[in-house]
Amino acid sequence: MEKVLTVDYQKCTGCRLCELVCSVMHDGISNPARSRIKVVKWEEEGHYVPMICQQCEDAPCKNVCPVGAISRDVDYGFLTIDHTLCIGCRSCVSVCPFGAMNYNQVDKKVFKCDLCGGQPQCVRFCDMKAVDFVAADNMTTIKKRNAATRLFASQKHAAVIQDQI
Amino acid sequence: MALDRKIAYIDLSTGKIETRPIPIEVRKKFLGGRGLDAYLLYNHAPQGCDPLGPDNPLMISGGILTATCASATARTHIMAKSPLTGLLGSANMGGFFAPEMAWAGFHHLVIKGKAKSPVYIWIHNGRIEIRDAAYLWGKSTTETQWAIREELGDEDIKSAVIGQAGEKLVRYANVMTGIKNAAGRTGMGAVMGSKNLKAVAVRGTMDIRIAHPVDALEHNKHFIDGITGAKVNKTQGALGTPFIWGATNSWGGLRNRNFQYNQMEYADDIEPERLDEIATETIGPHHMTGCFGCQVHCRAQYKIPSGPYAGKYDEGPEYTSQGAFGAEPDCRKAETVLAGNHLVNQYGVDNLEIGSMIAWAMELFELGIITTKETDGLDLRFGNDEALLEMVHRICLRKGWLGDVLAEGGIPASEKIGKNSFDYLIQVKGMNNLHSDERGTPGLALNIATASRGSDHLRSRPAIDLYHLPEKVMRKIYSSPVPYDGPLSSEHTDYEGKPWQVFWHQNCYMAVDCLGICKYHTVFLGATLPNFEDWPKVIYYNTGLEFTPVELWEIAERCNNLERLFNLREGLTRNDLKKGDMLNHRYFDEPTRRGAPDVVGRTIDRQKFNKMVDEFYSHCGWDKKGVPTSETMQRLGLNQEPSHLL
Repeated sequence: MEKVLTVDYQKCTGCRLCELVCSVMHDGISNPARSRIKVVKWEEEGHYVPMICQQCEDAPCKNVCPVGAISRDVDYGFLTIDHTLCIGCRSCVSVCPFGAMNYNQVDKKVFKCDLCGGQPQCVRFCDMKAVDFVAADNMTTIKKRNAATRLFASQKHAAVIQDQI
Repeated sequence: MALDRKIAYIDLSTGKIETRPIPIEVRKKFLGGRGLDAYLLYNHAPQGCDPLGPDNPLMISGGILTATCASATARTHIMAKSPLTGLLGSANMGGFFAPEMAWAGFHHLVIKGKAKSPVYIWIHNGRIEIRDAAYLWGKSTTETQWAIREELGDEDIKSAVIGQAGEKLVRYANVMTGIKNAAGRTGMGAVMGSKNLKAVAVRGTMDIRIAHPVDALEHNKHFIDGITGAKVNKTQGALGTPFIWGATNSWGGLRNRNFQYNQMEYADDIEPERLDEIATETIGPHHMTGCFGCQVHCRAQYKIPSGPYAGKYDEGPEYTSQGAFGAEPDCRKAETVLAGNHLVNQYGVDNLEIGSMIAWAMELFELGIITTKETDGLDLRFGNDEALLEMVHRICLRKGWLGDVLAEGGIPASEKIGKNSFDYLIQVKGMNNLHSDERGTPGLALNIATASRGSDHLRSRPAIDLYHLPEKVMRKIYSSPVPYDGPLSSEHTDYEGKPWQVFWHQNCYMAVDCLGICKYHTVFLGATLPNFEDWPKVIYYNTGLEFTPVELWEIAERCNNLERLFNLREGLTRNDLKKGDMLNHRYFDEPTRRGAPDVVGRTIDRQKFNKMVDEFYSHCGWDKKGVPTSETMQRLGLNQEPSHLL
């Protein structure tokens, strides 16, 4: 079953543990510059948004690659880079609308989220579940319920006020 | 590797910058963080140097685990000779500064001298530069941080900065990073101010190779599950430290009206649940935030809901702000606590110290020791919210006679105010106490009396003493990693066994500060949380260095003894009320007036207290005067100090 990475940015506490474990998992190195996920912050307002690769269906990175180094993994559906083909032109970095295709200055390589091969560590370590890994055919169920709860509550609240009037 | 992070020596007088590796043998003796800072202070501070003079070295550091794959390695440690106490100056903050400094290539900075005009230090991937900070002078802590990002064009820069309080050399000005992370105590901000150093800005993308990454990752997960599984941390993660304040107040362990009462009445508006409501209303249901890599996320975010500061965003308030702007001055409005918290964060001043100073002045005002003549007409009575906030402004900007005097710190202020004002000052070694009352808890009283940086809970407080743990659990915690079969009591009102507990926690917290992790990840508030037995693995997986629990214990002892040696060298004597391990007479003479049955009517018994101190000294390997014996010096390899290895 295909699963997708989702972000509920309101839950993010901004701790950046996801960045740490991402770089350790992939490179055995602690360095957020090597992380596939990055928490973008508005510190003066307390907003933190984890930015991830959306594994786009019509993926600009894949489309732009002049040597066809980017393809979709058949098992998990993520976009993956074949470094034996990659020429390091960074066109994919330029076109990604989310800034999710990264470039590593030390290794001179582009890199992106590969869902840790099906067990994303950012999700595993996020106790808030600001980043989550959910079934693709089920990803909006919780959102629907939450929104419905709000509607329901506001209607109930309105009814109480009407009663009072 | 974490171990290839360097130490930099920066001389602001000459502009000379030198970087050196940190030898493994130094790591094995002092680990890093606060422990290695203590070594550097003992080696680099000339005896009797002026804390606000160019000779006082300022150390900024991360721990040995900083930015590795261990949990919550967010802590930055700052050390120098304290302008508040004239003894050890040492403060610790969370946030994101130390990890960024590690990614920029450094674990330790030693900053000496004094710049001719305001400067800041810019550290980027191994390179260090001293830059002009004239345009930053006068800016608040957050304005300074955002301005540096703007100037250098990188939003990921992290800075440790001072606000106006540090510039004005308020002797308890702090160093801050982010919105509210503060290296709060002992006036490290004034030391920066005295050096014309407005900020240290860091940014790094240098690799820290993990020695055994798979094990480190798996062990970190296991560690975090334990830490987030602890009930105390779940509560911290929901309500933050205000929950401790609430519990302590209902029980009667808080200072109220300086030291007159040990419980605050009519505190509903500043109880944790109310503060949580405000955060929920102004930010949303998910309003908790945390430091680097931490799953406890104990810090609330809020906007001030009403009053003259309505709409201002800030983080907190913590226990100390509830104390400083609530219980101590007896002000009962959440709005005041939140505004006070915002002001100290912006000015960069220790909320704990400023709250205690103002509450002390309020008691003096009540007693007629100071009058409206000294306060320039301000009605400085308890419960006057406006006067409280006005005093915060006056102290941080040194405005008016009283503002300027209180900015000098408790003991110098008491000398200027005169009469018997000193008798009302709740301090040890010249530093005011946390807003807690220890008259019902001898173990905690011993902790604040003997803490190396003055009256303070984060050096050796056996806080779990209040949980009345079964003796079996106590035995398990306290007879490891070194055996102990002496008395232990689950009763917090007892005097027996407390010296060992204080000694044990003193070593535990030192180890934590050397590792660079947060105390919420150890046996501070949660009895089941990791300690000496658990750390060797974390250190090994991340750095490859091997230690036994006993070796870590010894390192902690060594570093604690170094701090002690520094204090003794700078004039600590056991029973000196101003520079010793002694409590204010009110602890012994004035019984508590409020609280639960096991708290009300209590004083500390002077004789038993002295016996506890004797016993504590003997556990530490110190003589009756509190001086490390020659056997202790020999055992810990300190008889060659200062040895100038770094």
